Amino acid sequence: MTLSGVRVEVLVPAVLRTDCGGAARLSFVLSSPATLGDLLAEVAGAHPRLERRVRDEQGAIRRYVNVYVNGEEARSRAGVATPLHDGTQVQIVPSVAGG
Amino acid sequence: MTVVLAIGTGKGLFLARSGDDRHEWQISGPHFPMTAVYSVAIDTRRQPARLLVGVSSSHFGPSVAISDDLGETWQEPEVAPIAFPTETGAALERVWQLTPGRADQPDVIYAGVQPSALFRSEDGGRSFALVRGLWDHPHREHWEPGFGGKAVHTVLPHPTDPARVVVAMSTGGVYRTSDGGATWEATNTGIKAYFLPDNPYPEFGQCVHKIARHPDRPEQFFAQNHHGVYRSDDGGSTWVSIADGLPSDFGFPIVVHPHRPGVIYTFPLTADGLRFPPEDRCRIYRSEDAGSTWTALAKGLPEEGFYATVLRDALACDDADPAGVYVGARSGEVYASADEGESWRLVASHLPDVLCVRAAVVG
Repeated sequence: MTLSGVRVEVLVPAVLRTDCGGAARLSFVLSSPATLGDLLAEVAGAHPRLERRVRDEQGAIRRYVNVYVNGEEARSRAGVATPLHDGTQVQIVPSVAGG
Repeated sequence: MTVVLAIGTGKGLFLARSGDDRHEWQISGPHFPMTAVYSVAIDTRRQPARLLVGVSSSHFGPSVAISDDLGETWQEPEVAPIAFPTETGAALERVWQLTPGRADQPDVIYAGVQPSALFRSEDGGRSFALVRGLWDHPHREHWEPGFGGKAVHTVLPHPTDPARVVVAMSTGGVYRTSDGGATWEATNTGIKAYFLPDNPYPEFGQCVHKIARHPDRPEQFFAQNHHGVYRSDDGGSTWVSIADGLPSDFGFPIVVHPHRPGVIYTFPLTADGLRFPPEDRCRIYRSEDAGSTWTALAKGLPEEGFYATVLRDALACDDADPAGVYVGARSGEVYASADEGESWRLVASHLPDVLCVRAAVVG
């Protein structure tokens, strides 16, 4: 039997691409089972400035940042405990805020 | 002489530069657009001067960036420059103050933040560590947020003694350490908390808006309180009112002249419940005798119909002689005086709301 990792693609909004070398898409391979929190920990290792734009130092996703897991906003699922499966697409979206 | 004026606004940082004794200004920006810049410092202990800016994105959180070429380029560390340790359970909300340390400690920078805490950098502002003595203070659970948030907004390192630092917070009041930050004592005797009618002179809990001191008189402090203007001549132990002669004792900033101890500036607002300048006129008030008497300064400032607030860090002096004085309003106007406040010129208008100004000679 061959064990393979959980492949996840992260879509980065234009405003944050300077925090990850200009990339619009990032690919990660996580150990199974994997959660959104595991992914963000990997993001922190590879692109720490990008990760701290998304969540604070206590690990909470920032109030006006939405993270979608295969099209579903993570808060409506299990937050950072949301499970990620092979082929999952995670999208970071600034929410509507400000004036 | 080249002077840089840094203007922090609700939507970014603007930099103004003057090479002709502060008459004409060239403005660049916004730097860090769509971030609120509540704190900026011009660190002239090193050459070229270093700019430090505390930015807050409503989406992506707070951070600190530095520039060693007067804003041509900026560096922001990969790892968060200021972050609360995990065991505190706290998360940084805003950097309210960036204060260079003593001249003989050129890499020391202090940061006053929200939630109320003090951080200290020993690498010129690239990374900061929490000052645990203040965070662990037994009063902390009783500090309450003012309208602007619960923050340490003023940090005054002692000019000669590295073990002594004074901070001010809203609410909470004034605290000082004489052992390098290990222990702190509240020093608010005489400062009124009118909003606590059952105990209007508490040990702590005052809403002190700003404090200032001149390095040549390290025991003398000035405070603009949430109603009340005060002076201390004993290192902050006790405070007396110096509000007589002002049209109001409410306001946010108080600034000390860079070369003349006892010369101070403030910008009164009518009252807590009526936050407009008295008579709807834009006037800076200056005392040249440590608060015994006050003079209104208005030449060149709007004479009527001025309704804007000047926030706690939006009044500042540069370090030239004669000193320049700068004031920024929430209406997006910035005025500068090249003659210690006697006359004023418009530097910028139609900016986003001005949150802070700082100025210094940089060449």
